[in-house]
Amino acid sequence: MSDTDTSSAEAQEQPDMQEQIKQTVTDNDIVLFMKGNANFPQCGFSGKAIQILQTLKADFVTVDVLSNDAVREGIKVYSNWPTIPQLYVKGEFLGGSDIMTEMYESGELKQTVSDQAS
Amino acid sequence: MVTPEQLKIWIESGFEGADVNVEGDGHHFEAVIIAEEFTGKSRIARHQLVYAALGDKMKAEVHALSMKTLTPEEHQAA
Repeated sequence: MSDTDTSSAEAQEQPDMQEQIKQTVTDNDIVLFMKGNANFPQCGFSGKAIQILQTLKADFVTVDVLSNDAVREGIKVYSNWPTIPQLYVKGEFLGGSDIMTEMYESGELKQTVSDQAS
Repeated sequence: MVTPEQLKIWIESGFEGADVNVEGDGHHFEAVIIAEEFTGKSRIARHQLVYAALGDKMKAEVHALSMKTLTPEEHQAA
């Protein structure tokens, strides 16, 4: 049971994390919050998300949530989405590997991603 | 460990008269959910509705849940 001080410290720390996440997804057109990195995805769903983005030759950056628990929890609060990976394009949360797969198969993702490239 | 049947009941509890079927190995699950509530909603909104129905169970016991979320019309058309 963490006493109130630490939880309020966590609460103070949390807005900075939300601000940090917002900055990251604003500064980069395409951001994938994932487990691991592009060369070493640490989970099948993150691996699938990387595969899709690489197939589309998207210009993207990744954030490894395994290396920072505050990011791992903060990103779920930021998007109100409980799982990883999470894809952001132009600051907008698109979804996890499920939705990425559906959008990839329907051609929608290629459209969204190539809009960033031009 | 969570069973597909348990997950099916949890999801159904969030959707009046929805048609839900779930397969899975206890950690990774695949669910197909056909519900009226999805009408007019984006993919993300639909998935968030399901996560809301699962609430904290999602965090603790369900590591990975793949979902297909369709309205009755979309299902017939598919």
